[in-house]
Amino acid sequence: MRPIATTRSTSGMPTGLLAVWWIVASEIVIFGGLLGSYVMYRLSHDAWAGQAANTNTEIGLFNTFVLLTSSLFAVLAHKAAEAGDGKKAARLLYYTIGGAVTFVCVKAFEWNMEISHGYTITANTFWSFYYTAAGIHALHVIAGAIIMAIIARDAAKNAELHRVELIGIYWHFVDIVWIFLFPLLYIAK
Amino acid sequence: MAESIPNAAPASGDGHQDHHGHEEPSFWSKYLFSTDHKMIAMQYLFTGMAMALIGGFMAYAFRMQLAFPGIDVPGFGIVTPANYNALVTNHGAIMIFWVAMPVLIAAFGNYLIPLMCGCDDMVFPKINRLSYQIFLISALVLLTSYFVEGGGFGGAWTAYPPLSAKAEYSLTPLGSTIWLSAVALEFVAFLLGGINFITTAMNSRAPGMKLYDIPIVVWMIVIASILFLVSVGPLIAGAIMLLFDQNLGTAFFDPARGGDPILWQHLFWFFGHPEVYVVLLPALGITAEIITVFSRKKLFGYRTVLHTTIATGVLSFTVWAHHQFIAGVDPRMAHVFTLTTLLISVPIAEMMFVYIATLYGGSIRLTTPMLWALAFIAEFLIGGVTGIFLGASGADVYFHDTYFVLAHFHYTFFPIAIIGTFAGLTFWFPKMFGRMMSDRLGKIHFWGSIIPFNFIFIPLFVLGMGGQHRRIFDYSNFPELSLPWMQDIRVLATSALLVMLSFQVVFFYNFIKSLRSGEKAGKNPWNANTLEWTTESPPPHGNWKELPTVYRGPYEYSLPDREKDYWPQNEPN
Repeated sequence: MRPIATTRSTSGMPTGLLAVWWIVASEIVIFGGLLGSYVMYRLSHDAWAGQAANTNTEIGLFNTFVLLTSSLFAVLAHKAAEAGDGKKAARLLYYTIGGAVTFVCVKAFEWNMEISHGYTITANTFWSFYYTAAGIHALHVIAGAIIMAIIARDAAKNAELHRVELIGIYWHFVDIVWIFLFPLLYIAK
Repeated sequence: MAESIPNAAPASGDGHQDHHGHEEPSFWSKYLFSTDHKMIAMQYLFTGMAMALIGGFMAYAFRMQLAFPGIDVPGFGIVTPANYNALVTNHGAIMIFWVAMPVLIAAFGNYLIPLMCGCDDMVFPKINRLSYQIFLISALVLLTSYFVEGGGFGGAWTAYPPLSAKAEYSLTPLGSTIWLSAVALEFVAFLLGGINFITTAMNSRAPGMKLYDIPIVVWMIVIASILFLVSVGPLIAGAIMLLFDQNLGTAFFDPARGGDPILWQHLFWFFGHPEVYVVLLPALGITAEIITVFSRKKLFGYRTVLHTTIATGVLSFTVWAHHQFIAGVDPRMAHVFTLTTLLISVPIAEMMFVYIATLYGGSIRLTTPMLWALAFIAEFLIGGVTGIFLGASGADVYFHDTYFVLAHFHYTFFPIAIIGTFAGLTFWFPKMFGRMMSDRLGKIHFWGSIIPFNFIFIPLFVLGMGGQHRRIFDYSNFPELSLPWMQDIRVLATSALLVMLSFQVVFFYNFIKSLRSGEKAGKNPWNANTLEWTTESPPPHGNWKELPTVYRGPYEYSLPDREKDYWPQNEPN
């Protein structure tokens, strides 16, 4: 059972929502530190443009499309949850998870190809950043998908429907991180 | 401790007695899996105190080596150079990450935020429990680093690469990775705890408690948690990069292969400097509570204190490179960071004046907690003033990496972590355990700690100005640093440390004796206003039979037209 503290809302914002925004804030500075470091290096190493040319922009573009579509499903799931339709929200969340799974599989295929061409994490510092940043992002995709599966299971029984919005916020954040990674690692040549 | 933490809720009529069941929980569910914020606070407190003993023992071992090079240290043995490095590294890391953070933020935050805000628990009790469990694991992980090949990490608590990145340099192939993992786990624990603190204070306050009715210590802990949350990210990213450098062979920080070791320093100090304020703010908050209660006066300029705190927090993000003045930072940038660093001493100095103004004209009672609070102001002042020398880039070129720096930050961290903790502990002990501590023993312990503290570190200022560098294992290898007067000062500092450590026995004796046979405290032994004093001591599970409503600010003392000289926040009139 929840303590009374959890049910209060002095600030006018539901407690869960407030906490998710603080989690997003703490994640922003983690990725901010990593990408900030990358940008600082990139500005002083023109040679990295040549390295970035070896990344596969088409695959990156495809994955961007997959993530954005999954975010759309997350929004629709939130809408369904607000309307009180837990079954529909759960189904839409499973579509979102489908997007996450596709993203990770494509990523695995892409990395496999790059590693077999000799572009490993130790090849040079560009590739170190490439694997570190995209790897940490992929971990967030996997973690988000797992949490989403738990929430979808509850939502199908019309329980804890407010959580659909919370995972949606997190999912958009994961999406936005990729929107930063894609141009930085793939397009900027 | 069994009698001190009641777990089963009292037989109360309103429905918040249900989240633990009524039967007596088993030992494990009570002490390791409790979700009660008071129990978690005690877990953090006792873990932090145990770690403080370990950190103190490390200080004892390396100070003995410095005073009497090559001596067989009683209880430790011969200190080898590798031992020495591991001791100073882990002394620093333990005292900051495993003592100051868990005790000041996690223990007092967990204990005070729900009680002072008038609610029955944290908003996320299970996340709170998880936070402690991860913290405990991080402490155990850290301690295991001593028992692996190569021993504990010896690359200083700042872990600068390439020393920390390469096993050939640090000679601790496993120790450095384990150390870094422990620090990362500890960060996760405090992120989880911090989100709980912030949301609880924002969202679960008692009806009627407006923003300016929140006790200052709660504000300070919340602002500290926010500072931690937004400053630690770059270091988490840096820690991952350093782990990859150590274990996968990447070269983020390796200058020989295109990396940049200065980047680590930026990532580390971008967190490391706000971290000073993360631990300082709770100690300042505790001091504020104590000096208002024991001078029976309203806190001078509540809003000024609050806004000053926020200004300090914002400024603390702009000063980090003052740690790197001699690391090749552009001198023009050094000017900027000198300016911001000198600027940040303004709000802190303002805070000191506010506290002194609160004391002015009050009916001061010199109880043990009040002595600690006053000592905090006096000793921290020395730490702050010597910081001006180091913040000025011109002077810092000379002082950098000397014992002057070391004495300076011990004059800030000792008041924060030790004086602040003892102030809070002696003040809230009656609430935590339901009994009073012996004031006489408390004062013996106070003077026995404060006087030797000054005899440890004032001599070290002198040595630092004499040019004594840090992180040297045996000064007899350096003729200009092993002059007889210098060695005499080292012996003096070490002797003072021994005196200070031995007086801690008085504290533990007092603690245990008061737990067993101290005078019963009653609800409000200090006649204080804040909400935690309106419930039983110790508070039952759920904190109040009926959760309180708040009618006014926390510092209404000595109002001329009232009979009593205090006016609790929950009394209608």
